Amino acid sequence: MEGVYWPLVFVFLLAVGFGGMAVIMSSLLGPKKPDPIKLSPYECGVDPVGDARKPFHIHYYVIALLFLIFDIEVIFTYPWAVRFKDLGVFGFVEMGVFIAIFLAIFVYVLGKGAFEWE
Amino acid sequence: MLALVVITIVKLLVLFAFTMTCVAYGTLAERKVCGHIQDRIGPCYCGPRGLLQPLADGLKLFFKEDITPSEVDKPVFILAPVLAVAPPLLAIGVIPFGESITLFGHKIPLVVADVNVAVLYLFAVASFSVYSIVLGGWASNSKYPLLGGLRSAAQMISYELVLGLSIMGVIMLAGSFSLTDIVHAQKHWWFVLTQPLGFLIYIVAATAELNRLPFDLPEAESELVGGYHTEYSSMKFAMFFLGEYANMVVASAVGACLFLGGWNPPFAFLSFIPGIIWFLIKLFFIFFTLLWIRWSWPRLRYDQLMTFSWKYLLPLSLLNIVATAGVMLWMHRI
Repeated sequence: MEGVYWPLVFVFLLAVGFGGMAVIMSSLLGPKKPDPIKLSPYECGVDPVGDARKPFHIHYYVIALLFLIFDIEVIFTYPWAVRFKDLGVFGFVEMGVFIAIFLAIFVYVLGKGAFEWE
Repeated sequence: MLALVVITIVKLLVLFAFTMTCVAYGTLAERKVCGHIQDRIGPCYCGPRGLLQPLADGLKLFFKEDITPSEVDKPVFILAPVLAVAPPLLAIGVIPFGESITLFGHKIPLVVADVNVAVLYLFAVASFSVYSIVLGGWASNSKYPLLGGLRSAAQMISYELVLGLSIMGVIMLAGSFSLTDIVHAQKHWWFVLTQPLGFLIYIVAATAELNRLPFDLPEAESELVGGYHTEYSSMKFAMFFLGEYANMVVASAVGACLFLGGWNPPFAFLSFIPGIIWFLIKLFFIFFTLLWIRWSWPRLRYDQLMTFSWKYLLPLSLLNIVATAGVMLWMHRI
């Protein structure tokens, strides 16, 4: 059966509408008593030291790159998984090769120590 | 056509009311279950047995002062909580709650949008959740939220990969992306029986995606104060929690559809009970399991969390795919 997509427009309107409504409501209701100390960033009660946006650990970038590589491979496997019943032995061997390459990358990255976290 | 649109909107509103009730009473259930696990009784002052507690909490949060700290990146700061509640509400639209029912001569399927790529849609929408946390942490311009947001980004993308791989076996067995077809394929054998490893990996990865204990590093209060939502207050603060509990409802519903047979009864002789009741029983069972896990295990260390996903769960889920493919091929031959 063909999919029915148009109801998703209403779902989208509801989701965004509800989120927007809640934000607007919360800024309209409730008291407003700002003062400089209340509006300063929270640092356990003492005066904030310096800016928050400092360079952070490079490992986060490595994880993001690895995610991109592996996620694309996962997306490649999805169409194969749907048609696997029709593809039979041919599909199995093809995917075996693909997963072997996947594992080779994995072992290389593992050897490089990208998953070690200090 | 007009009748169809009206029916769709009514279905959507009923579903929305149901989700919000689940979210409200999910927070109460969490505190009650936590209380009883720790040999306390949990909230009990608002209404009989604390049943009006969610209402009291909601009203209180609405009438609290909405503080926008002076250093924040204002548009992004406001956008983040909206992005936190939107993805689960988008996801709930494609989940089939039961077979079609006949009402006033109309045959009404119990799903808002019967999309044929529902699984892909769910994953596309679910990956939006990470934005709310990263943007919220970044826009706050404060040290703890920033650290919480970064940790969370790394954690969520790592476990999203595993989550995507864990359901591959189900897609292979059902040969479809449509949740309705996947439920139909489980008429005799639920996929939890043929894909036990997949189910286990799904539950673990979903717990991590939901940022719940033992994987709640983004909001580890002993290290990061409150994590990404430290600077938020009033309803904006509540929306992050609303999103989290709505995500739990979605994760439970998807788990019930993919692995526990959706609206199919466990035995044929129990089919006199309507399918939607079975679906809700399964949904609440997974929901309760998530609460149970949370109050039974301590928090992991961050390096353990990341190594667990990449070094163990990822190869394990690949193994699951190859094994499923091999067994399917072998069964087909004989």
